[in-house]
Amino acid sequence: MASQKLLEKKIKKIEKLLPKSIINELLAKLKDLDISEDKLNKIIKEVVKEYRYVEVDPGEAVGTVAAQSIGEPSTQMTLRTFHYAGVRELNVTLGLPRLIEIVDARREPSTPIMTVYLDEEHRYDKTKAIEMARKIEYTTIENVAKTIDVDLLTSSIIIVLDKEMMKDKGVTLEQIIKALERLKIGKITIEEEQIRISIPQQEAEGIVKISKLNKLREKVTNARIKGLKGVKRAIVQKKGNEYVIITDGSNFSNVLSIKGVDHRRTITNDIHEIEKVLGIEAARIAIVNEIMKVLEDQGLDVDIRHILLIADMMTRTGRVRQVGRHGVSGEKPSVLARAAFEVTVKHLLEGAARGEIDELKGITENVIVGQIIPLGTGIVELYMKPSFSKKSESK
Amino acid sequence: MVRKVKILEHELVPKHEVLSPEEALKVLKKLGITPDKLPWIRASDPVARAIRAKPGDIVKITRKSPTAGETVVYRYVVPG
Repeated sequence: MASQKLLEKKIKKIEKLLPKSIINELLAKLKDLDISEDKLNKIIKEVVKEYRYVEVDPGEAVGTVAAQSIGEPSTQMTLRTFHYAGVRELNVTLGLPRLIEIVDARREPSTPIMTVYLDEEHRYDKTKAIEMARKIEYTTIENVAKTIDVDLLTSSIIIVLDKEMMKDKGVTLEQIIKALERLKIGKITIEEEQIRISIPQQEAEGIVKISKLNKLREKVTNARIKGLKGVKRAIVQKKGNEYVIITDGSNFSNVLSIKGVDHRRTITNDIHEIEKVLGIEAARIAIVNEIMKVLEDQGLDVDIRHILLIADMMTRTGRVRQVGRHGVSGEKPSVLARAAFEVTVKHLLEGAARGEIDELKGITENVIVGQIIPLGTGIVELYMKPSFSKKSESK
Repeated sequence: MVRKVKILEHELVPKHEVLSPEEALKVLKKLGITPDKLPWIRASDPVARAIRAKPGDIVKITRKSPTAGETVVYRYVVPG
């Protein structure tokens, strides 16, 4: 057994040279080895050497490699998948459409979904989890009413309640009355199975009255009883040994502040919402996770480092930008590079009008003017100082 | 209903720290760049606000990395 102290001392020396995961692996492997200090030194030296060897070299075209590494497998995706998958009653966008959605940084995903984790108290109990789901689900009068009718004779709106739906959604009569009272449109009376809202009469009658009543009916239909705006459905699902709520529709900032929700783990697939609530770093991780999720359940093996690079570029300016005309590619400093990408004439024209200067620092510009591109070995520039060499020779 | 959420506790949010001017200078010297060449973070970013970072500051971020275990990156706080 190599002495623990010696090992720690040696590791400390190389701590700055290697990433933490390799240090940990090295420590774990060396701990149970009975070897001399000499051999230990050799091993550590070899590890450091090997690590330096596999590092990306200066001038390597990491961006191009990343683009190819993602682009090639994505072509496979188009051909052989259904782009929707049913998570029980929920639809989830998958595959290429979802991938495009992420890198285009769309304002809203086509199927926004939240995964709501619950706190210690609600996590393991199905009935408590369902209770939480009902709290989150956006419920309006329409959801619990059989019919909503306008009675022109008495100038009132009559709501016939659906007892079964009420039970299913966990809505009580008091909650409905409260929601209706909040609208402040008339006197509410309960008559057996139905609720009547009497609208106060006004002098100007006739056609106006009908359209007014219809407008009010619309208002009643959409009156919120409970839940978060945007959350169309909330479903309880078992994940491992705990219950989680999957929602159709996303309202991230509000769901985090509900009591009973685990605010540490709850997530949404809307990257802009994450950026707004949790900041740019969280958005970066969310981009990586979402892309990896798409690629993984398509069975594509893409190295995560390529995705990390893309996420880094997308979040570089402190905001989530798309990869494309209105983002990463469209904001390049070089006019020629932008013109070579898309809408050539527009960029050249605007560049000329503004008097932009192209410093010919990128790849594209130098290809256009026919110089050596600053990539790989081309990234090194050598200068000679003739006077210096003369001096040293004469000595 | 609106309970103040501690976003810094969320598992997606890595550790952010504002560097002192001396530390910031040391970092820039080590990297050999001007601060605007670092990735940016907006002063209006929820995390930047939570740690009271002002434009001009440099924020040290300790990320959990799937490949390296742990990585340290820096972001330059810009107005906006």
